[in-house]
Amino acid sequence: MHYLWAFVVGGTLCVAGQLLIDLTNLTPARVLVLYVTSGVALSAIGLYGPLVELAGAGATVPLTGFGHLLAQGVKRAVDEQGLLGALTGGGAACAAGVAASLITGVIASLLTKSRDQN
Amino acid sequence: MEFSKEQYARLLKQACPRSPLLRDCLWAFFVGGGICLLGEGIRTAWLAAGHTLSDAGTLTSATLIVISGVLTGLGWYQKLAAKAGAGTLVPITGFANAVVSPAIEFRCEGLVTGVGARMFSIAGPVLVYGLLASAVWGVIWWLIRPWLL
Amino acid sequence: MRLGDTVRFTRPPGLAAWAAVGGKKEADGPLAAGFDLLFTDNRLGEETWEQAESTLQRHCVELLLQKADASAAQIDLALGGDLQSQCTATAYTFRGLDIPFAGVYGACSTMAEALGLAACLTAGGAADRALAMTSSHFCAAERQFRTPLNYGGKRTPTAQWTATGAGACLVTAQAGPGQVRLTAAAFGRVRDLSVKDGTNMGGAMAPAAAETLRRFFADNRCRPADYDGVYTGDLGVVGSEMLAQLLTAEGIDLAGRHKDCGLLLYDREAQQTGAGGSGAGCAASVLAAHILPALKTGRMRRALLVCTGALMSTTTLLQGESIPAVAHLVELTAPES
Repeated sequence: MHYLWAFVVGGTLCVAGQLLIDLTNLTPARVLVLYVTSGVALSAIGLYGPLVELAGAGATVPLTGFGHLLAQGVKRAVDEQGLLGALTGGGAACAAGVAASLITGVIASLLTKSRDQN
Repeated sequence: MEFSKEQYARLLKQACPRSPLLRDCLWAFFVGGGICLLGEGIRTAWLAAGHTLSDAGTLTSATLIVISGVLTGLGWYQKLAAKAGAGTLVPITGFANAVVSPAIEFRCEGLVTGVGARMFSIAGPVLVYGLLASAVWGVIWWLIRPWLL
Repeated sequence: MRLGDTVRFTRPPGLAAWAAVGGKKEADGPLAAGFDLLFTDNRLGEETWEQAESTLQRHCVELLLQKADASAAQIDLALGGDLQSQCTATAYTFRGLDIPFAGVYGACSTMAEALGLAACLTAGGAADRALAMTSSHFCAAERQFRTPLNYGGKRTPTAQWTATGAGACLVTAQAGPGQVRLTAAAFGRVRDLSVKDGTNMGGAMAPAAAETLRRFFADNRCRPADYDGVYTGDLGVVGSEMLAQLLTAEGIDLAGRHKDCGLLLYDREAQQTGAGGSGAGCAASVLAAHILPALKTGRMRRALLVCTGALMSTTTLLQGESIPAVAHLVELTAPES
């Protein structure tokens, strides 16, 4: 059941993004910024947590989940450190994802070359 | 007869082929859903390997990022994305693709001035506005917290 | 002789030779047979895409000289350009060639611009033999103007496909027997109907093409039906449709004579090139691979080549500016019989 929800919720979040691209003038870059900030906002008002409970990776893998991760991290950090947590929480929460991307990027740049699309 | 800008814009809009909405959405749904399904499988595997819920989540992201990085290097992620659109854009794999592809592309402009400087040229805005939004939320939470606890 | 914006040559310059070089997709396209050289690997053995474009050009110049049976020393002037920032592909090509070089830039309109200038200079006595050449390379354009090649993005249906190709012509002061003649040239005026969508260049450039054609037909008291082909480079499907609408509103009937280089170079559906081909190398290679051979063999008597260029940059687009466009025209006539 968990798997079905992951598929459906994840797919639906992607369809929403596709509709934004096809039907509005929003460029993909803007859609991503919208997704991550919406994720922060939805998490802040307590709506995203239950979605993660339900769909697991279906809610955490899309970029809204990245926003949720940031919001949770900040909330926890503020609980522990007070106002300083607003500065440290987000960075700590996304550290693993950013570092993994960065390391993969550097290694890939050394091992591969850009490929022709023709 | 000269066309006004407004007239021309209207005629141009009519002449433009529209995106095949249903096909785009089906691709986005199945590929995007598929990537999330894969993520769920990976998460279950990390949990089964004895990791905590939060660690398993982090490891799942990292695993997907590495997979996306490999597919990006092989040029396959681009091929899939040309069809899947938002299905490959919205998941974390799309973020990884946005970091890895400029790193590969601008390698010939140097490790520092190419790879280093341009790696976040596409994904940068996500980090900037994501962190900004989270910091704003942090301040709000700090302000409202005393009343809620 | 000047007729409005048209420069009509009383003693028309001739096209002594031409050459077309293309890449992988061009080799799979319907015009492949007309190319002099086609590469199945768009890297052409080079380290960078920028170098690959220069190598493409170098092959094109070498083939041109070979076909014209001329040496570099016999060329008085080379006019050329490309899409890379500061026209570098062409500059690096001529680093290795001992020919006086003047770079020209008109985005995708560069071929007609260079040909028109070469014709004026040779007709005016400033050069006996002038070379006109342009190129574009899909990968070099993509990484400079859009996104990295390995980046996953879906193209909008109005987007055009930058051709990997180069085309060159050798213009001589006076057309000899059996030579295709460059009988008139017209340099266009910049037009901008406030299109801001960088993925819809055809739509942005159609008004410039319409303006140049309207003036040309009025100045020369002729109409599209007087020509065997009116070739635009490169409006694609959207721009072609808009050109027809704009000219119809002016009372000009294209009479089925209009063809677009971007639509001729590829099989748009099968090769998935979006709204059609584009890039400075598209019109140049279609000219040398398709249009000039037809004039040479007499399959066509007279043709117009109208190359359109979108003159914005990624910077001006991000700053919210719209896309100014220009269209230059040359009139080509079959050899005197």
